Amino acid sequence: MIKVTYIQPDGREATVKARPGDSVMQTALNNNVPGIIAECGGSMACATCHVYVAEAWQTQAGARKDGEEDMLDCAMSEMRDTSRLSCQIKLTEALDGLRVYLPEEQG
Amino acid sequence: MTLIEGHRSLTPDAGIPVLDIDPYADATLRNPTPYYTALRDAGPLVYVPHYNVLAVGRYEETRQTFSDHETFVSSRGIGLNDFNLEKPWRPPSIILEVDPPDHTKTRKVMSKALSPKVVRTLMDDFLATAEALVDRLLEQSEIEGVADLAEAFPTAVFPRAVGMKDVNPRHLVDYGAIVFNAVGPDNSPRRQAMSRAAEVGGWISAACARGRLTDDGLGAQVYAAADAGEITSDEAGMLVRSFLSAGVDTTVTGIGNALWCFSQNPSQWEALKADPSLVRPSFEEVLRYTSPVHTFLRTANIDTHIADHPVPEGAKIMCVLGAANMDPVKWGDPDVFRVDRRPTGHMAFGAGIHGCVGQNIARGELEALLSVLARKVARIEPAGDAVWRPNNAIRALDRLPLKLIPN
Repeated sequence: MIKVTYIQPDGREATVKARPGDSVMQTALNNNVPGIIAECGGSMACATCHVYVAEAWQTQAGARKDGEEDMLDCAMSEMRDTSRLSCQIKLTEALDGLRVYLPEEQG
Repeated sequence: MTLIEGHRSLTPDAGIPVLDIDPYADATLRNPTPYYTALRDAGPLVYVPHYNVLAVGRYEETRQTFSDHETFVSSRGIGLNDFNLEKPWRPPSIILEVDPPDHTKTRKVMSKALSPKVVRTLMDDFLATAEALVDRLLEQSEIEGVADLAEAFPTAVFPRAVGMKDVNPRHLVDYGAIVFNAVGPDNSPRRQAMSRAAEVGGWISAACARGRLTDDGLGAQVYAAADAGEITSDEAGMLVRSFLSAGVDTTVTGIGNALWCFSQNPSQWEALKADPSLVRPSFEEVLRYTSPVHTFLRTANIDTHIADHPVPEGAKIMCVLGAANMDPVKWGDPDVFRVDRRPTGHMAFGAGIHGCVGQNIARGELEALLSVLARKVARIEPAGDAVWRPNNAIRALDRLPLKLIPN
């Protein structure tokens, strides 16, 4: 069982179940978690699934993929060290308990 | 070796269902819905004897096959011919018809040039152009939606965005149609396209030269990447060519299809007018519902499997994006056009590393045009039959007579 917690800018939290292999973006959409638009559906072409990974989870979530940084640089909300495109984080058992913060603005 | 439509002969595994339909027949290209249904119903992977290829049309298998760029490569061509075995009609695209690591380099240059940030700087021009165009068309009692609006808008804004000094709207629209017809079999649309390829292709190549571009457009950004040593100058010219093959005819099609959807579904036009925040999601639904790019192919680069069926190295696989976008298993009620659907994950822009790199600019153009139309036009009414234009990869209208009723 993999669980992911999404934290809205106002502090509200939603913890949802994820299927292994799904991305953090897809999991949010599957569970109607607001704040992820994911206009491009995961092709790393739109920067509307931006999240800030909780610092404790940064290493587990892995490094940014090739080209991800350029796209994050286009995101509406500021890019920080913890910024990731949630379509590029694939969920495994090792990420059970992952916490991500949603930015103020997405699209 | 005898080739079939430019690829090696394939003997499909006996367990793979056979679909005895010609996907590229004139009637199928004009009305693909029955074929899409038959393809999905036949199985997760089917054999199409007409062209000796395999095909996927259910959502899951189409998405998986299309996204698995390591197993199902693009470098052997995204049409019926296998570039390993037959020389393509033009030098292959260095972003569409290529695999990593070469693809990674060119994709990066293009995705930077077409990023959301860049598109934001183009929106003022898109909106002003849309406003002037729509005002002019509202003075006419009737319009031909394809020529007057769908072609007129992108051929005004896109060459300006690229920074082209030479603009030939006819060649710009037709070049895309030629490139997309070329991915099909040796049929009438492809033969007609090839008969014009030299003339139009020659004009396009000349127009992509650095000296024919301004120093502040998207084209100049690509040449700047050459100056920075990321790509060569020749590669920069090839990538500017990609702007023109993939960026004009496709948006023309997207606009035409959007007008068609709204003319057929007046309640959805009212819903859009009532809630302008649906402008962007409504375009996603147009894309899902009409799949402007209906089919691209991949080539199995190793012996592999799809849906537990064996697939041999060299097999061509038709990925029928149009069928995946109408799969009831994925969408529930795919036959209904709903502006509030928000169909994230539709396949109209592809998926994975080859997902359309220009999708932001396409969305920007449609957002501008649809928002202006929604503000000024009370109703979009058919003024005659819509006529589709058969193309081996694109589902586009040829004619769309309309009445635009002002507010």
